[in-house]
Amino acid sequence: MKALVDIWHRVRRSRSVLVSGGVLAGIVLVALVGPLVSPHDYLQTNFDALLQRPTASGFHLFGTDDLGRDLFVRSMLGVRITILVAVVASIVSLVIGVAYGAIAGYVGGRVDAVMMRFVDTLYALPFIFFVILLMVAFERNFLLIFVAIGAINWLDMARIVRGQTLSLREREFVDAARMTGVSTRDIIRRHIAPNLIGVVIVYVTLTIPQAILVESFLSFLGLGIQEPQTSLGALVHAGVNQMEGASWMLLIPAALLASILLCFNFLGDAMRDVFDSRSSR
Amino acid sequence: MSLLEVQELTIRYDDTAVVRGLSFAVEKGESVGLVGESGSGKSQTALAILGLLPGNAEIGGSIRLEGGELLGVSEHILNAVRAQRAAIVFQDPMQALNPFLRIGEQLRRILVQHRLADGKEAQARVIDMLKRVGLPDPERQYRAYPHQLSGGMRQRAMIASALIAEPALLIADEPTTALDVTVQAQILELLEEIRADTALLLITHDLGVVAGHCERMLVLEQGELVEQGATRDVFARPRHAHTARLLAAAPRLDTINIPLPSTGEELLQIEAASVSYRETGRGRLQAVRDVDLTIQTGETVAVVGESGSGKSSLVRAVLGLIPMQSGRVVFCGTALHGSVQDRPTEVRRGMQLVFQDPVGSLNPQMRVANIVAEPLLVHKPELSAVNRQKEVAVMLESTGLGEEYLQRYPHELSGGQAQRVAIARALILKPKVLVCDEAVAALDGTVREQILALLREVQVDSGLAIVFITHDLSVVRAVSHRVLVMYMGALVELAGNAALFGRPRHPYTRALLEAVPIADPEHAGGKATLAGEVPSALTPPSGCMFHPRCKYARDICKSEVPRQRTLDGTTVACHLADEI
Repeated sequence: MKALVDIWHRVRRSRSVLVSGGVLAGIVLVALVGPLVSPHDYLQTNFDALLQRPTASGFHLFGTDDLGRDLFVRSMLGVRITILVAVVASIVSLVIGVAYGAIAGYVGGRVDAVMMRFVDTLYALPFIFFVILLMVAFERNFLLIFVAIGAINWLDMARIVRGQTLSLREREFVDAARMTGVSTRDIIRRHIAPNLIGVVIVYVTLTIPQAILVESFLSFLGLGIQEPQTSLGALVHAGVNQMEGASWMLLIPAALLASILLCFNFLGDAMRDVFDSRSSR
Repeated sequence: MSLLEVQELTIRYDDTAVVRGLSFAVEKGESVGLVGESGSGKSQTALAILGLLPGNAEIGGSIRLEGGELLGVSEHILNAVRAQRAAIVFQDPMQALNPFLRIGEQLRRILVQHRLADGKEAQARVIDMLKRVGLPDPERQYRAYPHQLSGGMRQRAMIASALIAEPALLIADEPTTALDVTVQAQILELLEEIRADTALLLITHDLGVVAGHCERMLVLEQGELVEQGATRDVFARPRHAHTARLLAAAPRLDTINIPLPSTGEELLQIEAASVSYRETGRGRLQAVRDVDLTIQTGETVAVVGESGSGKSSLVRAVLGLIPMQSGRVVFCGTALHGSVQDRPTEVRRGMQLVFQDPVGSLNPQMRVANIVAEPLLVHKPELSAVNRQKEVAVMLESTGLGEEYLQRYPHELSGGQAQRVAIARALILKPKVLVCDEAVAALDGTVREQILALLREVQVDSGLAIVFITHDLSVVRAVSHRVLVMYMGALVELAGNAALFGRPRHPYTRALLEAVPIADPEHAGGKATLAGEVPSALTPPSGCMFHPRCKYARDICKSEVPRQRTLDGTTVACHLADEI
């Protein structure tokens, strides 16, 4: 509890965490609340208002698309899905990757060799091809995207965590813990894991944008989210088709995507400083 | 005109002044010692002279070398000054040499860069210089990479690279701190030899080094010059209280201390302990060979030797941190097997370890209170959180740290404070044996004294047995009852404190004692009586492993391994022990 209070104090002192976190929180809040208060619905088509420019009249703040659906509501829906996919995929890769990497690195020896060769084998599978196969073989399913992205991303995380653990294991405070009789499980939990946080946080904030990009890429190819559901990637895809006549259909979702990515990147950089207790002078 | 004139030098970072109004001069051919504890600004001064301070440093005052002002001049002029007029040798030669360039190439580039020589002539001058700094087989070292040289050889190469452009001033910043005492003596002698045409500004925390090698000395305290004068005068009559304090804490071998009579029972028996490591592709490295040692309650046993002598490997194997190849360890009547995690709880409680790097041995993410409390979580899980915190506070109090330290992180502590925390963590379980692995090597003189006093106090109160691993013989003299001297993993001498320092039996022990720099200009030690360095443990010499470096060596030493003998209570492994 005290550790959390501590981190909160450090967060409050870091301007870039506050700014990027604030922008991100704002976007998420609007994405959650916006569709509820808007008079429009993401499914509702309006053939009297096809491809309308962004305007305050009729509450089409972001304009409408080629079917007359309100782009604001659809964009906010896209933001929800995009962030959800990214966060869930990152948590999947975080949990599997940290546990796997820390165990391989700390136990070492043959266990490490076998565990890491398994990772190498998975690396050899062509990822996009694998995802496309999954999408074709099964129903295009929401869950499948999480699983696919998370299942691939944890490999990087496991490698990074293992490397860090190997060097942490040689540190004297680990020997000190062994001398006092701390169990292997508690050494990993209390001494290894907290010292991994800096690296893990940075890496997670890099996987989130990566997952967003992969999801957008899949949706752009038409393999991701199924209509009438949508994601920012799918919206950009639709926007590209209308680029010449209705540039807002491309520019608005693209700008949202870019700002979310930028916020996560800034946040990652700043979080590393926050979680590094040595930098809190 | 002095060679180097520093006037009213001030160095500030943000709001903190690290050097305040420092003025001094160095004459041609002179050797001046700049001493002070860590944080006194001595290294900052050295960097300022060469214009090497980081950009956020604010520098005031004046630094004149051979009459020319160095502060505020362009990088272009400074580049010409560095190497040609003033050069620097750092503490860690591995950091200062480029790992991708051969030694000869690095030195040759200096000559070419400053247009001092070219082609064949440059190569000849480099080889000449390598010979001058005492590198054996200079033609071969010319083509060697830094990692292929030993620590002492690297420091010689570093000195060669500093001297190649024939500077008028050589600044040596703790040049021997990372080296063994025998190698340190060699390097200091080398610095003495080259002084004929180069003035030396020697920066060090070791007053023994200054006593033996500097004509004048300057004492810094928190960025201020508190005393300067001829070395003899300062040592004889220190005028400033801080100088007196430094001198009192300085290492000496003649300190008279009253060894406590150890009336204890046998606590830990080590019999024929051996440790070896597998070096990939290079066979086995025998780190410890058949060492016997018995430790009693209430006594302090020091284990000494150069780096690579196997002293750390021995105790780590005994503690169960690394596997033991063969041998037997008995602790309080129980034979110990396997790694520390497989041993009975009582045994684990009974033996604790304090490390060399105080900050590195504390988890950077944990607060002091939790660090010290952790052993209690394991061994006294029934304790309530409140009682646990109480016990931690009492323990810390007894090591001299008040309640205000409980909530700090390790990086918020000084080296001495961090070492107190590490000691508190080790002692909170009330162990019977405490192993200190170079536990005071990284600390300043005055802090070292305090830590040693603390350990002595605990020992008297509780009958704790202490194993002190160190390369610093002055510490050994001050704290130990018995001393184990190791060379290449084998026992060479095991003797009582007075016997070892009064009448060393083994030639290696003698050489070690002679090499220790003594903080007394009248009887300066620091003689390099031991040539060369420890041979590789992968290819140990035949017979007595010490024979290639031993000045008494005879034919029998080359062919036969000496057996351990006991003479007047001293165990020694030397063929000639009763002759020399």
